[in-house]
Amino acid sequence: MTKEISLEHVWVEFGEFTAVQKANLTIAGGEFFSFLGPSGCGKTTLLRCISGFQEPTRGVVKIGGKNMKGVGPNKRPTALIFQNLALFPLRSVADNIAFPLEVRGVDKKTRRKRADELLELIALTGQGDKKISELSGGQKQRVAIARALAVEPDILLLDEPLSALDLKLRQHMRTELRAIQKQVGLTFIYITHDQGEALTMSDRIAVMNKGKVEQIGDGKTIYDHPGTGFVASFVGENNVLEGTVLSNDGTIVKVDTGLGVPFVVANHATEKGALVPGDACQMFIRPEALRIAAGDDDRNRFECNFVTEEFEGNMRHIVLDASGRKLKMSMINDGRNPIDGSAPIALDFAPEMGIALPPGPLASA
Amino acid sequence: MRDLFYDLVRRNGMPVAIYLMLAVTLWVFILIVLPQLTMFDYSFRLNLPPGKVGGPEDVYTVEQYAYLFQGSGGAGNINTLDLGILFKTLFSAVFVTVFDLLICYPVAFVLAKSSTGAKARLLVLALIVPYWINEILRAFAFRILFGSTGVINEFGMGLGLWDNPVDFIRADVALYAGLAYAYILLMIFPLYNAIESLDRNQIEAARDMGASWWQVHAKVVIPYAKPGIASGMTMVFMLTSGALAAPQILGGPSNLWFTQLVYQWFNSGGNWPRGSAYAMILLFVCIALVLLTMRIFKVSIGEIKR
Repeated sequence: MTKEISLEHVWVEFGEFTAVQKANLTIAGGEFFSFLGPSGCGKTTLLRCISGFQEPTRGVVKIGGKNMKGVGPNKRPTALIFQNLALFPLRSVADNIAFPLEVRGVDKKTRRKRADELLELIALTGQGDKKISELSGGQKQRVAIARALAVEPDILLLDEPLSALDLKLRQHMRTELRAIQKQVGLTFIYITHDQGEALTMSDRIAVMNKGKVEQIGDGKTIYDHPGTGFVASFVGENNVLEGTVLSNDGTIVKVDTGLGVPFVVANHATEKGALVPGDACQMFIRPEALRIAAGDDDRNRFECNFVTEEFEGNMRHIVLDASGRKLKMSMINDGRNPIDGSAPIALDFAPEMGIALPPGPLASA
Repeated sequence: MRDLFYDLVRRNGMPVAIYLMLAVTLWVFILIVLPQLTMFDYSFRLNLPPGKVGGPEDVYTVEQYAYLFQGSGGAGNINTLDLGILFKTLFSAVFVTVFDLLICYPVAFVLAKSSTGAKARLLVLALIVPYWINEILRAFAFRILFGSTGVINEFGMGLGLWDNPVDFIRADVALYAGLAYAYILLMIFPLYNAIESLDRNQIEAARDMGASWWQVHAKVVIPYAKPGIASGMTMVFMLTSGALAAPQILGGPSNLWFTQLVYQWFNSGGNWPRGSAYAMILLFVCIALVLLTMRIFKVSIGEIKR
C-alpha cells in the first residue's frame, strides 16, 4: 500500500552553497507531512530530491525501502503538484487529468472513464471538456490534484500549491486538501512557508532553516514545545527576552531578564548540559500567554507601559514597553477594554508557558 | 487606419507618428506593393519590341502562363522541362525545410531551456557571426568544401573511406547543404522564441507524470511551439524556393532551380513578361502550399504573429 519515505543523511550542495544539510527523517505511509520554513531554507530542494528532479550530493532517499538513486522522476511512485500547477493550457480539463494515463499508453475510452471518476472526486463532474482558462483558481487547483492522482501514486508532493490563491479560498482549500488526503489515504508531503497551513493540515511538521531541519513534530509540539530559538520565533508569534540563567534543575529554569524579579520558566534545551547557571539564554513567551495580573503568586509578574494597539477584529494585539523592551500581548476582543494606556500595567504568565532556550539565531521578522 | 494613426499620435507625439506612417507607407507601397503589381501586370502582356508597346498589339493575354504548361509547342504539348524544374524546386525546398527543422529543433530547445544568461547569449552570437559573411562567399566556401579536391574529399580519401573523389556538386549534396545552411537562423530563432516562453514546470510536470523524453517533446513542447515551427518553416521554405545565389553557385550543371529559369527569362532571354509570369507562378504556388500545410496542421496565421 502506501510507502514509507526515508531520507538518510541527505546533503544537497550547489557549488559552494549548501541547500540541504544532513536531512535525516522518515515519513510514514499515509501521513500528511509538511516542510515549513522561510523561502530559501531548502524545503523545495528536499522535495525535488524526493520527486527525483534533484540527486542528493550525499545521502540516500528511499521510498518503500528502495534506494531511489538514479531513478528518474518519471519512474518514481510520486506525483508533484507545482506551485504554479503547470496545467497544460492547450489541453482540455479531462485531457489534462488523463495525461499520465496517455503517456502510459492507456486507450482513450479508459482514459476518459478515469478522468470522469476523478472529476467526480474533485466535484467538477461534467466539466471535462472545458478549457483550463475557463476554470477558477480553486478549480484549477483541484484539477492539478486530480491529474496527480490519475495513476494512483503512493506519494503526493505539493510545492506551496495554495500560495497563488486569495485568503478565503486558501483557507477553504486547506480543509479540502485535508479531506482529499483522508479520502484517498495517500502520503502527502507539503511544502509551505505559511505556518497556518502547516499547523492546520499536517500530522507532522519539519521546520527548516538554512538547509537544516530544526525540529520535527506534530503541530502542538512545534508550537508549544519549540526546540530551538528559530522554531520558537518562526512558528507563530513570540516575545523574546535575552537573559542569564540563575539556576536550572533540568526542567525548571530561573532566568534573570532584568524585568523585576527573576522568571521561572520551562527548560526546552535539547542538549544535555545546556543552560548552566551563568549562561546567557533566550526566554520566549507567546503574546497570548500574557495576562493582566490578577495577583496569583505562582505566576511570573512584571510591569510595563502601553505603546499602541493593532486591532485585528477578533483579536487585539497590544504593543507594550517593558523597561525599554518591546513586547506584544494578544487578547480576545470580548468588547471590554481593560488596557487604555493611562497607567502602567502589571502582566503575568504561567511558568510552564515561558520557554528557556540556549541563545541562537531567530527568524527575521 | 485612422485609429491606428491617432493611437500612434497619442503614444509618440505628432512628428514621430507622421514619420512612422510615412515610412511604413513608403516601404510597403513603393518597395513591396508597386513592384509586385507591375510584375503582375507585365506577366499578362506579350513580349513586344519597345516601338509596339502601347500600340494595338499590346493586349492582355495568358500566353506567358500557358508557356509554363505547354512550352512553345502549342496546345496539347506539355512543357515537361520547366514543370519538372518547378516540382523539383518545390520538393527540394520542402526537403531543405524539414531538414532544417530537424537540425534546429534540438539546438533551439537546448538554447531556450538548458542554457542560461551569458552562456545562451554566447551561443546565439556564435550562431550569428558566420552570417556576417556575404551569402555568395558562403556559397563559394561550400563549393570549395565539397569540390573534387575540396576538404571533404581530401579528408575522406585520406582516411581511406573512398578511393576516387565523390562529385558532391553533381549529386546536389553541396546544393542541399548550402541551402540548408543559408536560412538556418530563420528556423532557429522562431523556434527559440516559442520554446523559450514555455514554462519549465510544464516540462517537469510531464516528466513527473511518467512521460518519456520523447513524449515530453511530442505532447508538450511541440504543440506549444507549433506557431514558432510554422513561422520558421514558412520563412525557410519561401526563401529556399526563392533562392538564387546558392543554386547558381552550388547547383549541378544539369540541374536548374526554378528561380534560375526566372532569371534567364529576365536576363539572357530578354523576355520580361514571361519572367514575371514565372515569378508569379512560383510565388502563388509557394503561398498555396504554405496555406495548405498550415491548414493540415491546424495553425492559423494569427497564431504565427505571436
